[in-house]
Amino acid sequence: MTGVPVDPYVVPALDGVAYGLLVFVAAAGLVLCFGVAGILNLAHGLLFAIGGYTAAAVLDGGWASLAVALAVGVAAATAAGALVAVLLARVATAGHLTQALLTFGVALAGGSLLVAAFGPDDPPVRVPAALDGSVAVAGHRYAAYRLVFIVVAAALAVLLHLVVRRTRAGMLVRAAVDDAEMVATLGVSPAVVRVGVLAAAGALAGAAGVLGAPIIGPGPDTADAVLLLSLVVVVLGGLGSMTGTLLAALAVGQIQTLGVALAPSAAPFLLFAAMAVVLAVRARGLATARTAT
Amino acid sequence: MRGRAVRVLRPAVGAAVLAGLVAAPWSVDDYTVALLARTLALGLVAVGVALLTGVAGLPTLGQTAPYAAGAYAGAVAGGRLSDVGPVQLLVAAVAGAALAVVALPLVLRARGVVLLMITLAVGELAVVLAGRWTSVTGGTDGLAGIAPIRPLWGLPVLATDRSRYLYTLLVVAVLTGLVLLVLRTRAGLLLRAGRDDEARLRASGHRVPAQVAGVHVAAGAIAGAAGSLLVTAQQYVSPADFGFDTSALLLLGVVVGGTASVGGALVGAVLVVAARDWLFGALPGQAPLVLGVAFVVAAYLLPTARSARPAPRRSTPTARPADAPRPAAMTGVRP
Repeated sequence: MTGVPVDPYVVPALDGVAYGLLVFVAAAGLVLCFGVAGILNLAHGLLFAIGGYTAAAVLDGGWASLAVALAVGVAAATAAGALVAVLLARVATAGHLTQALLTFGVALAGGSLLVAAFGPDDPPVRVPAALDGSVAVAGHRYAAYRLVFIVVAAALAVLLHLVVRRTRAGMLVRAAVDDAEMVATLGVSPAVVRVGVLAAAGALAGAAGVLGAPIIGPGPDTADAVLLLSLVVVVLGGLGSMTGTLLAALAVGQIQTLGVALAPSAAPFLLFAAMAVVLAVRARGLATARTAT
Repeated sequence: MRGRAVRVLRPAVGAAVLAGLVAAPWSVDDYTVALLARTLALGLVAVGVALLTGVAGLPTLGQTAPYAAGAYAGAVAGGRLSDVGPVQLLVAAVAGAALAVVALPLVLRARGVVLLMITLAVGELAVVLAGRWTSVTGGTDGLAGIAPIRPLWGLPVLATDRSRYLYTLLVVAVLTGLVLLVLRTRAGLLLRAGRDDEARLRASGHRVPAQVAGVHVAAGAIAGAAGSLLVTAQQYVSPADFGFDTSALLLLGVVVGGTASVGGALVGAVLVVAARDWLFGALPGQAPLVLGVAFVVAAYLLPTARSARPAPRRSTPTARPADAPRPAAMTGVRP
């Protein structure tokens, strides 16, 4: 399709897709936590940052390092997610304020440890050399890594959908959302489901952190930024709906990239305005929307 | 027994705290006085948080949004409208209330964790906005060199840290007293009733949404006024004053003070923020770690944080918030 008139918005739009899918993979974990355990995990951004710092520390331009970074980052973030679940288990009967305090404490302490370990500057991230160039997309040069990232993240989204929809683990998770007491009578401990879900949420956030490090790089502000984006996406998506979260993430991606390209002066307000409009329109279903898919 | 002791002790403790706060600027250095004034402004935001979280049962992490709106509105009014403190306070309170009105569609129907989530997003978006709306807020650099205020028309400007602190203390005391007085009326009773059993209050013909809207806007106005006090106290303002950590510190302060106690929230927030500032000085670089551990410990130890659901510890298998009852699930009858 070379020869078509040069469209200056192709690159921002593609960037928006990559950004949106990244936010989706990060936010999916938050949706799971929230849907299953009613937990607002304020440490979720930290889990993403763990993946990002791992990527920065391990990646050296080769494919093997990417595999190692992915394995280490996912394992570390999974462990951190499970740790949050274990800490929360001790206050399982306490209210949501306790959850907020506890998970924020973990976020604060963990963030401080990350900065102590990796320094206060944003470390550079080296993508595999084979993906370090750019390719032609509709007459534009576009970063090859981002294109591959779009494919991989889309595959992850499909995989997540299949796991939640088709596997026994997914069914238990969905059942625990609808009726935790009933799941308990099946002989499955809701506490185990909760640890599993928080660990899975950690794995997703860790994977997003490693793969997305070239897009949202690791740094002292990463955890807060990712938590905010995830929150906005989860709220926009209808608090518990995976499909809604995906749509919201893609929309937020476009707002953050295409919106800035189209209307630079209005850009700061767009995210706020989008959230206000969507929630004002569908506020009725918000507090009750609690299905896991 | 305990209740009676609290009733007798509370006014005494309140008076002692107030006396200590009035005497403080004569016993510490100017830097600490300025720090105390900032802390008091945050304490006033905590009063609004306690009003929402403890009294009305609407947990919030987003009061930094009207706080920021009030701070910038007060600062802009100071530069373009008037250097009289109460005028700036009024403008800031209106700005805070207006932001609360804008956020109403988002928060009106949400409760519990959902509300925490939405309010946190609103608060964070407000910080993002403050950082990017450079023409009004000065962007991430903020607005510096804000002129000192006059306490009233015709009076001299508050040129010293001590005078600014005393002005802040006076405003915080008056507004907190006002909130406490209102809470003793029927309005306070209705708010607590809505927290304890919303369905019943609704069934008895009370307009709960109007009530929620009212308390949310009132808390927004209080936070807005607190924003103006912050500007008065530190004479600059930047998005860093309204971050995620500020919301969390406020929440901790309110929980430490006892969620349902407005006066306690003020004292709790002042203690927590003072401890934070002291930690940052005493342990450079390590403060966030210590603070984070303190949050976790507080979650385990504080009775007010734990008693939000009175069930015995190991009997209920889920951490689902108490305010999301699902009768169909309990009976096993599914539609």
